[in-house]
Amino acid sequence: MAVRRIDLMLCTGTGCVAGGAFRIKDTIENEITKYGLQNEVSVVITGCNGSCGQGPLMVVQPDGIFYGWLKPEDIPFLVQEHFLKGRPVKRLMFVPLERKEPVPLMSNIPFFQKQMLIVLRNKGIIDPEKIDEYIARDGYTAIEKVLPLMKPDEVIEEIMRSGLRGRGGAGFPTGRKWKVCSDERKFPKYIIGNCDEGDPGAYMDRSLFESDPHSVIEGMTIAAYAIGASRGYIYVRTEYPLAIRRMQIALSQARDYGLLGKKILGSDFDFDVEIREGSGAFVCGEETSLIHSIEGKSPEPRQRPPFPAQIGIWGCPTVINNVETLATVPVIINRGADWFSKIGTATSKGTKIFSLVGKINNTGLIEVPMGIALREIIYEIGGGIPKNKKFKAVQTGGPSGGCIPNNLIGLPIDYESLTKSGSMMGSGGMIVMDEDTCMVDVAKFFIQFTNDESCGKCTACRDGSEALLEVLTRISEGEGKEGDVEFLEELGLAIKDASMCGLGTTLPNPILSTVRYFKDEYEAHIREKQCPARVCKKLIKYYVDPDRCVGCLLCVKTCPVSAIKGELKYIHIIDQSLCTKCGQCLEICPPRIAAVTKLTGKEARELQSLPGPIPVAEWKKTKSASKGDFRFTPYREETDREHRGDNEVP
Amino acid sequence: MAKLTIDELRKKREEARKGIYLRQGEFKGKIIVHMGTCGVAAGARQIVSAFMEEIEESGRKDVMLTTSGCAGLCSREPMATVETLNTPPVKYIDLTPDKVKKIFKTHIMEGNIAAEYAIGIGSERGG
Ligand SMILES: Cc1cc2nc3c(=O)[nH]c(=O)nc-3n(C[C@H](O)[C@H](O)[C@H](O)COP(=O)(O)O)c2cc1C
Repeated sequence: MAVRRIDLMLCTGTGCVAGGAFRIKDTIENEITKYGLQNEVSVVITGCNGSCGQGPLMVVQPDGIFYGWLKPEDIPFLVQEHFLKGRPVKRLMFVPLERKEPVPLMSNIPFFQKQMLIVLRNKGIIDPEKIDEYIARDGYTAIEKVLPLMKPDEVIEEIMRSGLRGRGGAGFPTGRKWKVCSDERKFPKYIIGNCDEGDPGAYMDRSLFESDPHSVIEGMTIAAYAIGASRGYIYVRTEYPLAIRRMQIALSQARDYGLLGKKILGSDFDFDVEIREGSGAFVCGEETSLIHSIEGKSPEPRQRPPFPAQIGIWGCPTVINNVETLATVPVIINRGADWFSKIGTATSKGTKIFSLVGKINNTGLIEVPMGIALREIIYEIGGGIPKNKKFKAVQTGGPSGGCIPNNLIGLPIDYESLTKSGSMMGSGGMIVMDEDTCMVDVAKFFIQFTNDESCGKCTACRDGSEALLEVLTRISEGEGKEGDVEFLEELGLAIKDASMCGLGTTLPNPILSTVRYFKDEYEAHIREKQCPARVCKKLIKYYVDPDRCVGCLLCVKTCPVSAIKGELKYIHIIDQSLCTKCGQCLEICPPRIAAVTKLTGKEARELQSLPGPIPVAEWKKTKSASKGDFRFTPYREETDREHRGDNEVP
Repeated sequence: MAKLTIDELRKKREEARKGIYLRQGEFKGKIIVHMGTCGVAAGARQIVSAFMEEIEESGRKDVMLTTSGCAGLCSREPMATVETLNTPPVKYIDLTPDKVKKIFKTHIMEGNIAAEYAIGIGSERGG
């Protein structure tokens, strides 16, 4: 193998690919060939690096220098300066918001520093399409150990002792699930890897496939050996084409090496895996629906028990695990249950991957030890909230989870604490919300989602979610009445009791938790017809403050429905009867002017716009003539309004 | 492809490790070739290639070869700085592929400074 001087670890997770990572790859390769560096420098494609907010990105090894927000036009300079002349390019490095200096080394960027990589141990280090690179990083050593040296029961025992719990939602102890299945006397048995990943905003499992598919295959093989299965399925949604392709490549390479198939590594153990693609219904991630879906039946859940571990696919005992759970297994085998169980808290062991999205500076995929404080995730790894806004809450556990408010910022992230706070671990989505988020709107968004995704089998879930949505919609449109909140709570609890599968038993969580922590917001909507965060469209009005408007025409030109009247240097006026409240005027108005604002409640209802165009200069004059005690504030009482009448320009 | 046995898998792993060693970050030696415009003009590219050949020949996987800008002594280019775990950085000047061979053997392989080609020991003081 030829010696190289530099490996460029170019992220080709879905996010970076969408940002043009492959175009960047071509450009780099052209440039390095131009300088004759092709034998010294190689471009290695990797799975998701995690720091998705900085993509497209790459890490230069062995120096460990991190470059983000790459554009093809940056590449010629970068290749010449850094890879030819050895001068790292500062302007392409990551610059944290609070500091002005770029941070060259990936290992010094706080986003990476606080993480602990077990499942994502190979992310950004190996090319996921090359089995040899996985093998080089101790890949398949766990199988090497398990097959000749451990009995199936010993494997189960080890996983039990490690304290590993399922990463797919409910947190069921993995070893115990395997034991139940292994105790069944019926054969054949099956193992299923669940990569349905239906939570909006979550992409942990997709990234795992894209960055290290063999870790899932190895974990599945060990699980199969432990329970006595010889066939497995990977269930993954069709919307993940890159993940599926990488998994297909990995499976065929593993077969070529005899790591799947008959008599694996010369043992008597046979095992192979098939990919099954789902069409992305949320309920298909639920284990009994998923099994129905693979069997070609309508994907509706069924009553449990019997659990799939007893009666699963094709009526046979089946272990179904989330793929992150499975990818953890080889590491536990290699490093031991004792090592693993020292990480995390008393009841939640190891690490968990989260996708950190929403109103957060460092959007991305993170792996952290269980028990880490929410504060560390939001402020240290996440780098805080953009534009210095206030942190309001974070939704965990996907649409069936709940929100954790800012006063619980010290909460340790583990299964029990999250459940106690009214949310749940779920599969690891974390949606961060700032002060501009309306909690009624958030609840409505998630109920809309679960209402769409309810399979319709249980009345409570099907019609109950509909009724919840109706009430929430009314509240958000200013039609709420006394008793609505109590009704939401009561119906929510009833749906929990009367639904069969996890979709119904968890769907009221977003309502219950927002009512628990943000009841005042519901009350403001109901009583004052006011949306404190100024989000609910029916309760807000956009308004141009004449004291600030300079008459620049930017908003006038931007408005898609021509609802803003105005000429150059005349104060602009929004025609409320035409305004669709898209908010583009507020976006475009330069921050130092900040003339466009949102009004809600009484001030919106009583808004009186200027009757006609006034030159900006004229407005200023009349204002100073009134000796500064006059301010155009639309929600002032009658006296002010009369006063304003006096100042109208004919 | 024939199915692997455990021994063959292990052999494959040893071989495969060589392919990714740049990314693992465990280095005992570091060679920096100075590649300012002056260095490039004086033949620094050739020096990089010569060091790469030495590394390949020696089979060492713990030696990092990088480049950096001009070292400020343009008349003595091509130049390189060599650092090993237990020695301070040493600057070597007026390099030729032949000198590279000797420096690599003496300094990297045997751990002694190749004093005849060195201009100075230690780095510039920080500001
Ligand atoms: C509505 C619903 C959706 C679910 N979606 C997923 C999913 O996308 N991925 C997943 O691994 N588990 C999902 N689950 C949980 C699975 O039913 C099952 O508990 C899990 O795959 C078991 O794996 P684990 O023990 O490794 O966590 C879902 C459950 C429900 C009720």
